Amino acid sequence: MKEDLLKHYGMNTITRKLLVEMYSVMLRIRMFEERVVDLYPEQEMKCPVHLYIGQEAIAAGVCLNLKKEDYLFSNHRGHGHCLAKGSAMGPLMAEFYGKKSGCSRGKGGSMHIIDVENGILGTSAIVGGGIPMGVGAALASTMRGEDRVTAIFFGDGAYDEGAFYEAFNFASLKKLPVVFICENNFYATNSHQSARQPGCRISDAAAAFDAHGVCVDGNDVIAVYKASQDAVTRARRGGGPSLIEAKTYRWKGHVGHEEDHPKGCRPKEELDYWKERDPLKVFREMLLKRDVMTASELDEIGASIKQELDAAVRFAKESPYPDEDELLKDVYSGGMS
Amino acid sequence: MPWTKVYGNKAEFEKLSGSTPGLRGITYKDALLEATTQMLASDKNVFVLGEGVDDAGGVFGTTRDLHKKFGKDRVIDTPLAENGVTGIAIGAALAGMRPILVHMRVDFMPLSMDQIMNHAAKWHYMFGGKVSVPVTIRSIIGRGWGSAAQHSQSLQSLFAHIPGLKVVMPATPYDAKGLLRSSVYDGNPVVFIEHRWLYEHIGHVPEEAYTVPIGKAVVRRKGADVTIAAASLMVYEAMKAAEDLKAEGIDCEVIDLRTIKPLDIETLTGSVKKTGRLVVADTGWKEFGIGAEVIARVVEEAFHALKAPAVRVALPDVPTPASPVLEKAFYPGKEHIIEAVKKMLVRERP
Ligand SMILES: Cc1ncc(C[n+]2csc(CCOP(=O)(O)OP(=O)(O)O)c2C)c(N)n1
Ligand SMILES: [Mg+2]
Repeated sequence: MKEDLLKHYGMNTITRKLLVEMYSVMLRIRMFEERVVDLYPEQEMKCPVHLYIGQEAIAAGVCLNLKKEDYLFSNHRGHGHCLAKGSAMGPLMAEFYGKKSGCSRGKGGSMHIIDVENGILGTSAIVGGGIPMGVGAALASTMRGEDRVTAIFFGDGAYDEGAFYEAFNFASLKKLPVVFICENNFYATNSHQSARQPGCRISDAAAAFDAHGVCVDGNDVIAVYKASQDAVTRARRGGGPSLIEAKTYRWKGHVGHEEDHPKGCRPKEELDYWKERDPLKVFREMLLKRDVMTASELDEIGASIKQELDAAVRFAKESPYPDEDELLKDVYSGGMS
Repeated sequence: MPWTKVYGNKAEFEKLSGSTPGLRGITYKDALLEATTQMLASDKNVFVLGEGVDDAGGVFGTTRDLHKKFGKDRVIDTPLAENGVTGIAIGAALAGMRPILVHMRVDFMPLSMDQIMNHAAKWHYMFGGKVSVPVTIRSIIGRGWGSAAQHSQSLQSLFAHIPGLKVVMPATPYDAKGLLRSSVYDGNPVVFIEHRWLYEHIGHVPEEAYTVPIGKAVVRRKGADVTIAAASLMVYEAMKAAEDLKAEGIDCEVIDLRTIKPLDIETLTGSVKKTGRLVVADTGWKEFGIGAEVIARVVEEAFHALKAPAVRVALPDVPTPASPVLEKAFYPGKEHIIEAVKKMLVRERP
């Protein structure tokens, strides 16, 4: 890696392997979401989908610092978080199709995904709902003496919620190993951040709770990686929580597979501006320019992801629906046995 | 009377309006918009607040462009802070305003439960009636397309359990408009629960402002054999069931509860005394729900009139599943009502 780049990000080293991983993880999310876009008009995925396209650098940059056993809490826009944490595509896709083989056995849909083996204990679609739960998981791992970090993803909208402040205060008070990642895409549904927050300086809030806060370019995967590396290291050393604000933009409408500017939700110029800053395109160009990888090497990554994706879609479509008697099952767990 | 008639669809309405010149038909969502517009125009104490009320979609059309007409200081897009914002609406109501607080989903109201049940509901009583809380809290029940467990709940009985709250559930455009006005001017905290599937329903709605009294049910269809008491979307299922049962010679009376709390027990017992049989169809869960309360009250007041055990048609005791096959199995409809009625006729007391 060139010295100037390391200096720019304040890093000592960065391996080629890591750069390749950053690219693969982002591309894997992008291709997965684009496949949802392609398939959604078939109307076989009968659930609302909140797509992550445009925000991939955040999930990738954060999760490449996490271990399999680290916890991750997500929100309604959660496909990318799970994929970056290592979730297989098949059970996710099957969940969107309401199939028995879905990660939540067809009971949750796209807003309620889970992957226990990869540290994802379930996803809330109530804005802010996952934040205190994440702090609770961190409390548990601390009480049990486990070496786990908890990453909590939420939006600029969730930052409005009281749940954030209550949970952040507790996490800082108890010096819990939590990384709070606020994906600031400037909108909650169609409501702009400036209509909801007077200061629009989310990361500054950390200071009031004696915690560390930093604001990064959420479309720059290395910048997100570096900020999370610092935060995760701090958390593992008992230094308490951090708040990372990552500025970005969602390309599609709040929900669904289409862009929302034709409906007057947001100005098209804004989307055009952010598409120029496409986290994948910018990163790919950098990799090529600096001869980290050749175009054909990059395309090979895409080709292998395509195979995984084709298999996942086939798996989802071919899986059976749950039996009707599943309706009344799983309301309560069996308890201690 | 056109204002008590329920129209199953647009064609039905148009057929009838053809024979009644000047009968204006608008949708449920437009009725809500019209009521809100009229109150904003005539009363400076009325204001609207909620997440996305100034959005291009305007809460599925019910607040569309109000911010352009009345300004953003009276049609306030709020931060995502349900409990805080509910408290703010309550405080404004205490201080003389008549806020209309809007939630896109009933499911977001549990976040504001503290302000609703510990504060709004108790404030008038706890201070010996010295102050009141004229706040209206609108919220919408979602359904279908994998809305799943956190975006489709019918929580009316949760609110109806709390003394000090009123709970209304309009089923028709006429009632949506009239009950919204009544709620705003009721002088108490009113939880106003709409159903997303009713939004495109068309019905007769007069242009001028009017009220529909809170606490009054309405007989949507007269009948002699069985009383079907229903709320919100289930009124339509009840009407369809009654129509089908008529073909089999069973004559059902359909009562639209309209208000959940206070319950119009006179209308209910009056009907049951005539028919001797009661089915309650609700959009919520069966256990500890509206059906349980309606039946308990009827049993208390008119036990001897009952010829058969009353039956509840409601949701099974599980959260809403996402998968289309499970979703389909989850929701009861007219078939369940028909089945309940038939079973009841068999299970009669000797
Ligand atoms: C408590 C609550 N309030 C409102 C909603 C409706 N809602 C769903 S997502 C959303 C916007 C969330 O914005 P943000 O947190 O910025 O996430 P983004 O969608 O931008 O990723 C809203 C208002 C909800 N699900 N839960
Ligand atoms: Mg956002």
